[in-house]
Amino acid sequence: MLFPDLIKLTTSSFITYRMRSFLTGLGIAIGIAAVILLTSIGEGLHQFVLAEFSEFGTNLITVQPGKTQTHGSSVGVLGSVRPLSLDDADALRHLPYVENVNPGLMGNSDLRANGKTRRATVFGEGHDFAKAFTMKVQSGSFWPDADDGQARALVVLGTKVRQELFGGQNPLGSYLRIAGQRYRVIGVMEPKGQILGLDMDDAVFIPAARAMELFNRPGLMEINVSYRAGADVAAVTRVITDRLKERHGNEDFTLISQEQSLEVLSSVLDVITFAVGALGGISLLVGAVGILTIMTMAVTERTAEIGLLRALGAQERQVLTLFLGEAMLLSALGGLGGLVMGVGIAQGLHLLFPAMPVHTPWLFAVLAELSATSIGLAAGVMPARHAARLDPVEALHAE
Amino acid sequence: MIQLEKVSRSFTVGDQQVAALRGIDLNIAAGDYVSIMGPSGSGKSTLLNLIGLLDRPSSGTYKLDGGNVTELDDVQQARVRSEKIGFVFQAFHLVPRLTAAMNIELPMILAGIAPAERKKRVEKLLENYGLMDRADHRPDQLSGGQRQRVAIARATSMHPAVLLADEPTGNLDQTTGKEVIDLLEQLLEQNVALIMVTHDPVIGSRAKRQIHMVDGQIISETGSGT
Repeated sequence: MLFPDLIKLTTSSFITYRMRSFLTGLGIAIGIAAVILLTSIGEGLHQFVLAEFSEFGTNLITVQPGKTQTHGSSVGVLGSVRPLSLDDADALRHLPYVENVNPGLMGNSDLRANGKTRRATVFGEGHDFAKAFTMKVQSGSFWPDADDGQARALVVLGTKVRQELFGGQNPLGSYLRIAGQRYRVIGVMEPKGQILGLDMDDAVFIPAARAMELFNRPGLMEINVSYRAGADVAAVTRVITDRLKERHGNEDFTLISQEQSLEVLSSVLDVITFAVGALGGISLLVGAVGILTIMTMAVTERTAEIGLLRALGAQERQVLTLFLGEAMLLSALGGLGGLVMGVGIAQGLHLLFPAMPVHTPWLFAVLAELSATSIGLAAGVMPARHAARLDPVEALHAE
Repeated sequence: MIQLEKVSRSFTVGDQQVAALRGIDLNIAAGDYVSIMGPSGSGKSTLLNLIGLLDRPSSGTYKLDGGNVTELDDVQQARVRSEKIGFVFQAFHLVPRLTAAMNIELPMILAGIAPAERKKRVEKLLENYGLMDRADHRPDQLSGGQRQRVAIARATSMHPAVLLADEPTGNLDQTTGKEVIDLLEQLLEQNVALIMVTHDPVIGSRAKRQIHMVDGQIISETGSGT
């Protein structure tokens, strides 16, 4: 039997049993649509979260004090660890691959200017902060390099703080009191919005040394190292580790690369996408039962026809192929309908609620269609085998 | 061409063995015209099914064109059916979903014959059997006589050596039935062996060899054959 003939013969029964075939196909279609819709939302969420996490750029390695052990508790908690100092940060500046090094810590403090007070996040940073985090200064600039150690009382404002404390007037050159100390405003950041729940606009940025004093901390909370794009993370990690070990005598710090944490995050999100997809898969299973039912009926109804086919010279295998082909084709067509439905609903939802991220990768669409076809195949096996094994004489006389 | 030797066929009904055929010996040559007659349950249809390789004998041997076909597996038997045997049934057995032309084409589709060749043969058959204007009709749009003509066209599409007809006129009125028999008899000119099971003694008597069966045995053979 030639392939086009197989298609012709199987589709002839869809045309005859239009309603029945449509409903059975619909069962599969709903299953596929559910899988596609849920995975589209899962994947959209995945991309949204990753975009959120890579807001600061992906070529970042963060050094934190204390060695994270496999047990999860940090030695830093027990205090038997050397804090990360500004000198540690400076020591990393001239390592290979490294582009920017930014010592950082943060806290909360009262800000006062123009007779107004506001409580905001205070970031203690290095002069390279904006470059390291791919953030932009709207007006003015960060303090120059040499000031890191000397820590002059200079401040860069987030847009919200600037708006609240200075209103329409130009804040550059004005003074701002942070916990009572006077700082001169030398820059204003571009609006950045919230990142992972932290409002980057409702904040001010001061030299790290100043912030350590202000919050009375012995060391930095972290050192952020940005490295050349395309450099091997492992190599960068190694040079930083070696340098710091040299200074501290042992490895009492932890390196977290953005790339590695994104990988971990991405795999977690993959599991979520897979889980919701599997949830949709349950309805696909129901669709498969529909195919099984309809094919079992078809074999019973067409017993005489099966007998005839055998009399006309059909082998058992050919009868099997005909019924399997019918189940697969029905399922594949249903799957195709489901793809259109699923993508349509996902895009419709996105139009209605633009905040909801949806994304349907091609691979998912292809996989969904493949699984629809294999479900048809699996559901068709039992009835098709039954059909192939019918005794031709008995089958011929069934009416 | 067909040689049956001591062929028996028994069925298990409940816990009893029922013999449908007992020790049948039969030889049929190419171009023979054989009618098989007898009361219901005499084993006529079972004999026909055995000759058509739809059923296997419980004992005895069946040789077709010199080869023992009882020992063939499903695939080989299907091939023999496809290449050498044509069936015509009382209930026509047309596939209701397919057009007359597609029904005629069916054995050739199963045999994997190229579409161009199939089209040529189908057109010739439609013409031979006066079905040209019925090619695209489905079976339920055809009269009984037309349906049986489609069935005969289908049975001959693979140029079989043997044509087996099981009560081919059973569902037809007398006039149409006679037309159908005429068509079947025309096949004898092509040296096809025609074997026909029938209740109707008038139709049965037209055959050169008339076999009478009772209780799974051939009790007599009359006519001008052998």
